[in-house]
Amino acid sequence: MSRRPFSLVVGATIATLFVVAALGSLAWTPYDVAAFDIPHRLNGPSAAHWLGTDHFGRDTLSMILAGARNALAVSLVAVLLGAGVGVPLGLLAAARRGWIDELVMRANDVVFAFPSLILAILLTAVLGPGAINAVIAIGVFNIPVFARLTRGAALSLWTHDYVLAARTAGKGRARISWEHILPGLLSILIVQATLQFSLGIIAEAGLSYIGLGAQPPAASWGRMLADAQTLISLAPLQAIFPGLAIVVTVLGLNLLGDGLRDRLDPRLDGER
Amino acid sequence: MALLNIQDLSVSIGDKPILRGVSLALEAGQVLGVVGESGSGKSMTALSILGLLPAGGHASGAITFEGQDLTALSEAQLCRVRGARIGMVFQEPMTALNPVMTIGDQVAEVVRLHQGGSRQQALASARRALDRVGLPAERFPLTRYPHELSGGQRQRVAIAIAIVLSPRLIIADEPTTALDVTTQAQILDLLRQLVREDGAALILVSHDLAVVAEIADRVAVMKDGQIVEQNDTVALFANLAHPYTRALAADAARVPVRRSSPDLSAPPVLEAKGVVRDYPGPRRLLRKGPAFRAVSEVSLAIRPGEIVGLVGESGCGKSTLLRTLLALEAPQGGQVELAGQPFSPAAPRALRRHVQVVFQDPHGSFDPRWTVERLVAEPLHLLDAKPTPAERRAKVEKALAQVGLPAEAADRYPHQFSGGQRQRIAIARALIVEPSVIALDEAVSALDVTVRAEVLDLLARLSDELGLAYLFVSHDMGVVRGLTDRVLVMQAGKIVEEGPTAEVFANPKHPYTAQLIAATPDLERALAARA
Repeated sequence: MSRRPFSLVVGATIATLFVVAALGSLAWTPYDVAAFDIPHRLNGPSAAHWLGTDHFGRDTLSMILAGARNALAVSLVAVLLGAGVGVPLGLLAAARRGWIDELVMRANDVVFAFPSLILAILLTAVLGPGAINAVIAIGVFNIPVFARLTRGAALSLWTHDYVLAARTAGKGRARISWEHILPGLLSILIVQATLQFSLGIIAEAGLSYIGLGAQPPAASWGRMLADAQTLISLAPLQAIFPGLAIVVTVLGLNLLGDGLRDRLDPRLDGER
Repeated sequence: MALLNIQDLSVSIGDKPILRGVSLALEAGQVLGVVGESGSGKSMTALSILGLLPAGGHASGAITFEGQDLTALSEAQLCRVRGARIGMVFQEPMTALNPVMTIGDQVAEVVRLHQGGSRQQALASARRALDRVGLPAERFPLTRYPHELSGGQRQRVAIAIAIVLSPRLIIADEPTTALDVTTQAQILDLLRQLVREDGAALILVSHDLAVVAEIADRVAVMKDGQIVEQNDTVALFANLAHPYTRALAADAARVPVRRSSPDLSAPPVLEAKGVVRDYPGPRRLLRKGPAFRAVSEVSLAIRPGEIVGLVGESGCGKSTLLRTLLALEAPQGGQVELAGQPFSPAAPRALRRHVQVVFQDPHGSFDPRWTVERLVAEPLHLLDAKPTPAERRAKVEKALAQVGLPAEAADRYPHQFSGGQRQRIAIARALIVEPSVIALDEAVSALDVTVRAEVLDLLARLSDELGLAYLFVSHDMGVVRGLTDRVLVMQAGKIVEEGPTAEVFANPKHPYTAQLIAATPDLERALAARA
């Protein structure tokens, strides 16, 4: 009996809309996000401006679309950075065991021991605000997540007889990791990447909310929230739209991650 | 009136029929053996009695237990039957117990669930049940956890859970399959004794004819979801009326034919000289505890074309020894020689081609994402001259042909094959680099008797044709007796006896060997004892 993959369908739909909005904004937005239009500031939704305008008269819809691009770029690169460093470290730790394993995992523990968002704030404060530094700050905290997940799952794959067979075929640990272990981990890594991606969006919104993310004139959802907050009694809708964008995107990505996990994760076999 | 009466039971899962028209009757105090190969529906019959069908399962027919139709009961009513009036013991003692509950609480849980009462009263009942299954209070207090017990002891706890409320019927689904032979004999004795004391009935589901012949009063033989024959045990085995029963008995007793005999004067192809393997002791606060010696000064030699059996129970060190012989791990003392050269994890790749391995589990020994061609070709990595894709394909097809599989098999994935076919693929993978020795680690233990007999025939034929030597590691004395030229008996890290197979079996010198042989279920001996 297969459950209707509700979360997968809804999640995939939202994620697709998000990516389309982000990529689409590269080519076209209804208005230029850097263009001020002071006479029309803080307008409500209208035919000309579907979601209204902000305190500089910028079109809110255009800024949300451009903000999606910023969120996508920052979280995607942060996930790639985290997986790109974390997965090889996890594979190495599982393949070699011994002191290399200890070293990698204890270094992980150190990074895990700090509240990630606070340390990301520290990092961007030291390196200076900006989208690239936000990527680095968020990406660094993805590394131990991927390293630990990879190591744990790889350790259980290493106990399989087919790995022993590969060793009697004279294959080295690196080659076995590449040929047998990594392909076996892909499904759980994809699931984790989706969840880390949504966490990255929240982290990016948080950093830009306090002014440490993408700098103006680039649009970002966190900064839109911060700007609208001071004027919340005058134009409450200006805070609601970017907030909704964050909530819906994160919810969609989480649903997608859960749906993918139900579909892909071999550890859930038999529970379906 | 019969205690249990199953009338025309049919079960399907989705559209797939699993059981067809199964009828069984069982009197109080009787032991019914249900035998059949995997997939024959014997476990499903047992689960149907308790109303424990898997999701999507649908049953028709009548199951009358103590005059009550179980199929008419609601789930809540069935819950009052399960555990109280019908007890169940499963195959795998490692997963049948809750690892975070003490054994006392697990037995007491059943008592409180069905009878209520105080925790003290329930624990007192649990104590009595554990005493009955041979886990006395001084060595096994109620506060023990499952991980502190061996497999046989855990199975005893599972049996205590099943009998604590003195059920009228106990269903045991392969209760000894995961256990060593000496433990198996003890558990079978225990089940027989408990049933006799309580006057309860027992349904014993097993794939092993000899086990059933030893303990059952009546036997039902199942095939493809149907009972093909049922009769009193002695009569059934005396007549072997149904061709399938006859085939099963013949396959269980079949001895593979070997035409060649090894040249015992030839230099050994694989040799171990005083091999010692230690495992580091448990970590203590400041220093490590004493090391555990898993393999102690083991020497053995395998000559070209010779089939050597290595028998011993789980934990005796045979797997550790095997990994050392395969140079996957280095010994702490002694040395392994392959084809006259030292063989260690640092040995050159080219030397490794002389020894290959086949594992027990036909499911776990292949990467599920690889095609059979890629899997079988994997050891070609050992050759210095890498074959071209066309040569590789030709070698794979040749190896598959040697094990009796068609060339098209190369393009398929391992899950598309049955257990016996997978074991053939595993043998093909070992053959492809033309080794001199193949280590067979419980290579036929997971197979049904018919398939096992075929694979053993194949192994004997390959040894004859290719002059292959085998190191045949097994806990199954019956199989070792049929296939091997020489046998080594291992206990607690040491080889306690070795010699020509026929001689060792006829006249065991070491008490442990005699004990192993006596504990091995044997169809003829079981029947002789009953006659």
